[in-house]
Amino acid sequence: MPDVLSAPLVVEFPFTRSLGPVQSAFLTGLRERTVLGVRTGDGKILVPPVEYDPVTAEEIHDLVEVAATGTVTTWAWNPRPRRDQPLDTPFAWVLVRLDGADTALLHVLDAPGPEAVRTGMRVRVRWAEARTGAITDIACFEPHESEPGEPVPHEGEFADPVTGIVTPARLDYTYTPGRAQSAYLEALEGRRVVGERCPSCRKVYVPPRGACPTCGVATDERVEVGPRGTVTTYCVVNIKAKNLDIEVPYVYAHIALDGADLALHARIGGIPYDQVRMGLRVEPVWTEGSRHPDHYRPTGEPDADYDVYKELV
Amino acid sequence: MRDVAIVAFAQTDHLRRTDELSEVEMLMPVLHQVLDTTGLRTSDIGFTCSGSSDYLAGRAFSFTMALDGVGAHPPISESHVEMDGAWALYEAWVKIQTGEADTALVYAYGKSSPGQVRDVLTRQLDPYYTAPLWPDSVALAALQAQALIDAGDTDEAALAALAARSREAASDNPHAQLSGAVPAGDYLVRPLRTGDCPPIGDGAAAVILAAGDTARALCERPAWIRGIDHRIEAHGLGVRELTESPSTRLAAERAGVFERPVDTAELHAPFSSQEVVLRKALGLDDRVRVNPSGGALAANPLMAAGLIRLGEAAARIHRGESDRALAHATSGPCLQQNLVAVLEGESTHA
Repeated sequence: MPDVLSAPLVVEFPFTRSLGPVQSAFLTGLRERTVLGVRTGDGKILVPPVEYDPVTAEEIHDLVEVAATGTVTTWAWNPRPRRDQPLDTPFAWVLVRLDGADTALLHVLDAPGPEAVRTGMRVRVRWAEARTGAITDIACFEPHESEPGEPVPHEGEFADPVTGIVTPARLDYTYTPGRAQSAYLEALEGRRVVGERCPSCRKVYVPPRGACPTCGVATDERVEVGPRGTVTTYCVVNIKAKNLDIEVPYVYAHIALDGADLALHARIGGIPYDQVRMGLRVEPVWTEGSRHPDHYRPTGEPDADYDVYKELV
Repeated sequence: MRDVAIVAFAQTDHLRRTDELSEVEMLMPVLHQVLDTTGLRTSDIGFTCSGSSDYLAGRAFSFTMALDGVGAHPPISESHVEMDGAWALYEAWVKIQTGEADTALVYAYGKSSPGQVRDVLTRQLDPYYTAPLWPDSVALAALQAQALIDAGDTDEAALAALAARSREAASDNPHAQLSGAVPAGDYLVRPLRTGDCPPIGDGAAAVILAAGDTARALCERPAWIRGIDHRIEAHGLGVRELTESPSTRLAAERAGVFERPVDTAELHAPFSSQEVVLRKALGLDDRVRVNPSGGALAANPLMAAGLIRLGEAAARIHRGESDRALAHATSGPCLQQNLVAVLEGESTHA
């Protein structure tokens, strides 16, 4: 059993989202230090506002301005802030019902400790210094004694409204490929390609993923395949990929390595793109410091007979 | 309506890490176990449905890799839900009700160990107002717990006792990740201590469903699904009354829970405080044995833990330890989505 391989894997994406009229007004309002809610058909005021009544599903858009002060309806003390949370010192998560609203907004409360927080306490918005039209324009809430105010109608009209937001998301993983793929990757380091044979149907899968997709059982017997193989099918790539230093057009092919019962895919080099053909015999070309073959090139052997590889197309 | 039963159930031992296994490698033993139990082969299965999440795996279309484990070539009738396998079971049940299949294989798996699950789960929240604040799963459960304490529904000592009872029950469950005397621990997010929170781990589960006489042929005492329903609540946490679970209540009504008493309830309550909410919504009293498996506080492999509740309830019926059991699964923050099923052994259906 080889040591388990692992590698950091970061999934990061800036989600770009458009806002409808209600969310646009709310987030633009935050930029202008104004908190807007929306009135439902039965007169309830929802803050934060939504475009559809969560009870009746009726479309709603009557905006009202509520106060930047409110009351904590429930809370939870977070002794160890996590990355990307609004404050980097211990804080309370809070649901706050702003004065004039009938629902509560989730945010955080800056307080010295849990003993300073209770349900029912009065708070107010602390605005972020740099505001862009996002929920984080509210930096946090802070304790503040004040008398509740009344909501007032608001047109929701602002100069230069925010119509979209970008919400970055980053998640960090430690990827472990499992037994079969670990063995495959370790063999590649020695410039060998190994597959695994199904104990039931005897087919050799490469790269092995640990299971035979026909029999649904674990593949168990390790088999070295290649290095030579046969092009079973291919395509000509005419569009240059970003950050990829390969001249177009080039050929990407399915290659059945000798001894394998499943074709893997790789680029074909060392031959003009328009001379690549099904049945072409190829071998891997390794480059220094790379885990995978850089590409496959013709061996010069006669082409393989179609009947030999037709099951693998 | 066709009579449909759970006829086999298997689960992995749930572990903090399974670095040496890929998802399909983790999953295959439970698939083989349910097939061996029934004597079915993959080619005999009418419909296959799975539950898992790309956000746990950290890559797109991750469920397609797991399909190798069910023998998906030549082509099979297959579907997937990007959520707990309990909802995959619901889809399979519907498929059998349509008459398009007589048997179904349902499986679910999740490896939480590669990522930071508290952060991963923030990605299921409203992306405009909530997710940008990165409120982690424990924080949201803690808000609900404090609301329950403020309402006088529970207190920290009662929550600790509830968690202790669950893990004590798990002493009889060889698959559990945490069992026996587990310390209440420090506050993770107050008022929830580590003991109030589920273990983070990896695991998989599988069940086989069958209709009518097929079920009777495959299993000595099938666990008949007498009713199943699932409901959802508003995504805005501040819109919901966090001390109540109207979606659980409604799903239970539609599933027929309240027609006759149940003797067992397998509740999917990853946090101790959530059991308080669910007991209230379901009207469970001390006559009902709640979570004899230890529940999600003993093992919470994400995406499989709900299906395991259905499987555990069914297994008790298979063994003759229950005649009428309730199974519940949840998904989303603070019990946002809830599925309830009623399972019965044959003798009580005279």
